[in-house]
Amino acid sequence: MNKLFFVFVLLFATVAGFAQQTEIPVVTIKTINGQNFSTADITNNGKPIILSFWALWCKPCQKELDAFNENYAEWQKETGVKIFAVSIDDARSTNKVLPLVNGKGWEFEVLLDANSDFKRALNVNMIPHTFLIDGNGKIVAQHTSYFEGSELELYEKVKKLAGVK
Amino acid sequence: MKRIFLAFILLFFVIGLSAQSLLDQSRVNGSFQIDGQFYMPDNELGITDSVIGGRKMGLNGFGNITYTLGNFSAGMRYEAYLTPIAGFDPAQEGNGFPYVYASYNTENLSVTAGNFYEQFGNGLVLRSYEEWTLGYDNSLNGLKATYRPVKGVNIKAVYGSQRYYWQKFERNSRGIVRGADAEVELNEVLPSMNTSDFRITLGGSAVSKFQRDADPSYFLPENVGAFAGRVNMSAGKFNFMSEYAYKINDPSSTNNFIYKEGQALLSSLSYSQRGLGIILQVKRVDNMSFKSDRGVTGNALDISFIPPLNRIHSYSLTGRYPYATQPNGEMGLQFQLNYKIPKGSTLGGKYGTGIALNFSQVNDIQRLAINDSTAIGQDGTLGYKSDFFKVSDHIFFRDFNVEVDKKFNSKWKAVVQYMNLLFDIATIQGKSGQEPVKANIALTDVTWRINSTRSLRFELQGLWTKQDKGNWAAGLIEYAIAPQWFFAVADQYNYGNKDVNHRNHYFTGSLGYNKDTTRIALTFGRQAEGVVCVGGVCRQVPASSGITLTLSTNF
Repeated sequence: MNKLFFVFVLLFATVAGFAQQTEIPVVTIKTINGQNFSTADITNNGKPIILSFWALWCKPCQKELDAFNENYAEWQKETGVKIFAVSIDDARSTNKVLPLVNGKGWEFEVLLDANSDFKRALNVNMIPHTFLIDGNGKIVAQHTSYFEGSELELYEKVKKLAGVK
Repeated sequence: MKRIFLAFILLFFVIGLSAQSLLDQSRVNGSFQIDGQFYMPDNELGITDSVIGGRKMGLNGFGNITYTLGNFSAGMRYEAYLTPIAGFDPAQEGNGFPYVYASYNTENLSVTAGNFYEQFGNGLVLRSYEEWTLGYDNSLNGLKATYRPVKGVNIKAVYGSQRYYWQKFERNSRGIVRGADAEVELNEVLPSMNTSDFRITLGGSAVSKFQRDADPSYFLPENVGAFAGRVNMSAGKFNFMSEYAYKINDPSSTNNFIYKEGQALLSSLSYSQRGLGIILQVKRVDNMSFKSDRGVTGNALDISFIPPLNRIHSYSLTGRYPYATQPNGEMGLQFQLNYKIPKGSTLGGKYGTGIALNFSQVNDIQRLAINDSTAIGQDGTLGYKSDFFKVSDHIFFRDFNVEVDKKFNSKWKAVVQYMNLLFDIATIQGKSGQEPVKANIALTDVTWRINSTRSLRFELQGLWTKQDKGNWAAGLIEYAIAPQWFFAVADQYNYGNKDVNHRNHYFTGSLGYNKDTTRIALTFGRQAEGVVCVGGVCRQVPASSGITLTLSTNF
């Protein structure tokens, strides 16, 4: 009986290994100033991360990021969450990203993925596409599209991850 | 028996452990999408049974899977266009695995075999990319290596053949592309600059295309080289970028087989601080079409990418006349200002007010005959002479637009936009003989947040012009229940068409459901003839009537 249990535990442990452990793939993209940036550096000291793909031509994306920005100070205070917004604009508009981000007064970090390497590695097709990443760097939720109020549902998940009521 | 059993368990345990540690590091993800259209005859739009030609249905689909195990990754994409939906190139018809690769990546070295995408600098001499919504894919099939000998230095080398719809590469069927690129971030390399506020990055690339000369009448260069150099500087709130590219003579169908060399210059200067962003960009392109088959025209087999500079519009009527780069020659500039009137000021109100101002103009380049007996652009000659700093009076495109966005309170917000447009439809869309379109466009986009998850959005747009199809009006109402449901009804009405019989309404009704990354959307109604552009590439979409279904997911 004991032996059987032992075998069962072993089997279970092996099967558990199959469970998805999704982390952010490592590719080299650019910072908003054009310096190389490794996506391994998307970290937040064990606190949750929101990673959102957007572009200058995508209105819903900018509405989503505006909504994030409005709440960002409060969200950071409550949960320590950090937001990374990845622009998939290509060479025709990568240079316009920095002036727009400053013009809009966005407070979070913005990265440039001009040839969609990061987008492809994460299998992003439609934007906005937003990922929620836990303190261990694992992707725990993702969502495409944005409508007014979607940010509230996302924030509920952030709070749960951060252990905040 | 017992011993064997124990040994078996031990063995199992060891295998289990090692397998588990491997599996812990392994990751599988993928995505899947189907776009389907069911066409119906529509006499008012001139779509009859014979126009549809028995193709009552178009289906574009793909499935993508990526496997990663430690430093190793591999992936593949299946695509099917059976038959391609309206507006896609008929050469898309087919199915298979156009994208298969394996790669090995460490911190300093990465090698890929199979299909890949790559961009050098701004892409002026090499860019392979893929845009599903347009059916555009010029991936390279071959080998790629990137190497980082020290921090701040990046070296890339690629070689392969490009994807051309479903045509397999065979000897001499099309060209071979080879290229290398190096980039140095001086602040990383030079210790004295490590902490400097002045940042500078230099880069250079060389690309060569080989295609055999089988032309009966011309001696054509079989190896065409293209070179580019770039600089990126930032100091405090200023940013400057410039890239220059040069290509040796490359007679092709696109440039009417002239033996002139090609040049392109792209520069931008921006200043930005919190609440204010200003950018000025200039561009000159002269005979810069670079394809891996000199005989191919249109949106295929491009090795280089010349970015258009104008603003990409997001609304249906402001986006009705999109500009596309003229690789044979153009000179343009664009200016954009983003300003946020601060919160608390009279105009800013409680939430601040956003203003975006944008101007862009693109002219043809000046062209002079090479001598008295040769016509400009005549095939088999040097084509023409062109002063690098001279533009022609011929305007391809001009766009002036102002956009204001304002949040009034927690329930209401609005966007208002005005645009003045000049669009040389004969050059850009090949509708020769048609007058350039001069249009005024105005729109408003109002959102009412009913409660924390429900919202209504209204759009009202007008386009006024005496040319092409005349005046248009458009309206939309969208009801959304975040984050899952949306319903929308929209109409575009071509009320100003000179031909009274073509003053059509284009009604659509759509609904969609999103759950995490799964999206289902259904649209009924008519689609107006137009052009869809994403990034730098555009696709003509014919008028159609019917049902469109999109299903996509990601895992």
